Amino acid sequence: MTNNIIEIKDLHFSYNSEDKKPSEVLKGINLDIKEGEFVAILGHNGSGKSTLAKHINAILLPASGKVFVNGIDTSDENRLFELRQCAGMVFQNPDNQIVSSIVEEDVAFALENLGVPYEEMRKRVDDALKAVNMYDYRLHSPAQLSGGQKQRVAIAGIIAMRPKCIILDEPTAMLDPQGRREVMGVIRKMNREQGVTIVLITHYMDEAAQCGRVVVMDKGKVILDNTPRAVFSHVAEMKKIGLDVPQVTELAWELKKAGIDISTEIITEQECVDMLVKLLNK
Amino acid sequence: MLKDITIGQFFPGESIIHRLDPRFKIVITLVYILMLFTGENFICLAIGAFFTIIAIVMSKIPLKMFIKSIKPIFPFLLLTAILNILFVRTGDVLFEWRFIKITVDGVNISVFMIIRITLLIMGSSLLTYTTSPITLTDAIERLLSPLKKIKVPVHELAMMMSIALRFIPTLIEETDKIMSAQKARGAEIDTGSLMTRAKNLVAILIPLFVSSFRRADELATAMECRCYNGGEGRTRLRQLKSTTKDYVALAIAIAFYAAAIVVNIIMK
Repeated sequence: MTNNIIEIKDLHFSYNSEDKKPSEVLKGINLDIKEGEFVAILGHNGSGKSTLAKHINAILLPASGKVFVNGIDTSDENRLFELRQCAGMVFQNPDNQIVSSIVEEDVAFALENLGVPYEEMRKRVDDALKAVNMYDYRLHSPAQLSGGQKQRVAIAGIIAMRPKCIILDEPTAMLDPQGRREVMGVIRKMNREQGVTIVLITHYMDEAAQCGRVVVMDKGKVILDNTPRAVFSHVAEMKKIGLDVPQVTELAWELKKAGIDISTEIITEQECVDMLVKLLNK
Repeated sequence: MLKDITIGQFFPGESIIHRLDPRFKIVITLVYILMLFTGENFICLAIGAFFTIIAIVMSKIPLKMFIKSIKPIFPFLLLTAILNILFVRTGDVLFEWRFIKITVDGVNISVFMIIRITLLIMGSSLLTYTTSPITLTDAIERLLSPLKKIKVPVHELAMMMSIALRFIPTLIEETDKIMSAQKARGAEIDTGSLMTRAKNLVAILIPLFVSSFRRADELATAMECRCYNGGEGRTRLRQLKSTTKDYVALAIAIAFYAAAIVVNIIMK
C-alpha cells in the first residue's frame, strides 16, 4: 500500500467531435500524487490540463488507463458520490458554480444533496465559512460579493464536504490581484492546517512557485515533474512550449546567457536580490 | 443602472407578519382569497377589509406600497366598473339616456367588484412584500411535496425557480456589459424608431443567450461535482418551523372566513 491519494495510470482520452476525427487530448499520463501534497499543473491552452483535472473527479472517464482516487476507481459508478466527496472540484468562474441566492445555503448545497442531518450540516457550513473568512457574509446574496469573495464561497462549498483532496481549475483566472491573494491564501491554509491535498491548475507562474511540486503538461503529456525550483530552471524548454517562468528566474537566465556566473534556480524576489548583491560584492 | 432592479417586491422587515412560517402565509392567503370570493354582500367585504387592514398595520409596510400595487390594475378596475354599470339592467333606474341605463344594482355591483379586487390585490401583495422570493419558492416546494406521489416534479420545478432567481442579478449585470460593449462598437440601442430599436436588441440578446447556455453547462457540472442527484434523500439547511403564532394566525383567518359564510347565510 502506498499513501498516494491520486494515482493516474497510462491515461488516454479523446474528445469526439462530429465533423473531425477524434483528437487525442491525453496521451498516456502517469502521475501519482501523495496525500497532503500541494501540486501545481502548468500548461499552455490545449495542453490537456483541464481535461486531466476532470478525470480526477469522474466528470470525464478515461478512454483507456485508470484513475484511482483514495483507492476508488473513477469508473466505478456505484462509488461516484463517495469519490466526489473525497475529491472536490472548484472551477474558474465563481458565478457559474454558486447555486443558491444565499451564501450559507450555497455552502450547504453539497451536504443537502448527501442528506447530512441538520445539526451536523449547520456545524460543517459554519466551519467551512470560517475557514475561508466568509462567516460574516453568510446571509448575503452572492450578487453582493466581489469575485474573490464569491470564489471563496465556492471553495467553502467544497470544503464543507470535508474532502481529502481539492482540485482547482484556474480558480484565480477571473479575479483581480486582491481576489487572487485571498483565494491563494485560503488554499495554502487548507493545505498547511488541514493537510488537504491540493491540485492547482494555473497559468500564473508566481502561484506555481508557491507549490511544493510542479507538473508541466504539453500536448497531452507530462513533460516536467519536479520542485518549482528545478522546473523553472528549464527556462528554454518552458519557453518552447509557450510558458513563462517567474520574472526573477528569467532575469537570472538572461544574465547567465550573457556570461555571468549565476544560478538559475531562483524563484523568489528575495533570492534574486541576495544573489545579485553577492554578485556585485565580488 | 439595470442593477437597481429589485426581484419580486420583497420589503425586508422584522414584523410578526414577516416572521410567520411562509407555508402558513401561503395557506392563509388562500383562505383569504376564498373569503373574498364567498362574500356576497358588503358586510362580508367589510370583514375582509378589516382583516386586510389589521394585517397591513401589523406588517409595518408603508401604505403607499399597497397603493402602488393597485396602480397597474387600475385600468382593469375601471373597465370592470364601467361594464357592470352599463350592463346590469335590474333594480331602480337612476339615469336613462338613449340606450344607456344606469341602475342602483349596477352601481352597487361595480362598487362591490372594485372593493373586492382591491382587497384581493392588497392581501396577496402582502404575501410577496413580507416573504422573499427564495423563501416563497421553498415554501411552495414543501406545500406541494405530496404531489410527488403522483409524479409531479415538485423538487425540480422549485430548483429551477431558485436557480432562476439566483441568476437574475448575474444576467442583468451581463446585459449591462454586453450593452456597453455593443455601444462601444457603434451600435445604437437607445435611439431610432421602435422598430430599429427592437432590431438592435438582437445584438444584445444573442450574446446573452449564448453565454447563458455556457453558464448552464458549467453550473450543471459544478452541481454534479457537489453530488447533486435530484430531490431524493435531500436534507435542508433552511428549516421551516411552525410555531404557535402560525397556528393562531391560521385560526384567525379561518374564523374570519367562517364569519363571512355566516353573514352570507343570514343575509340571504
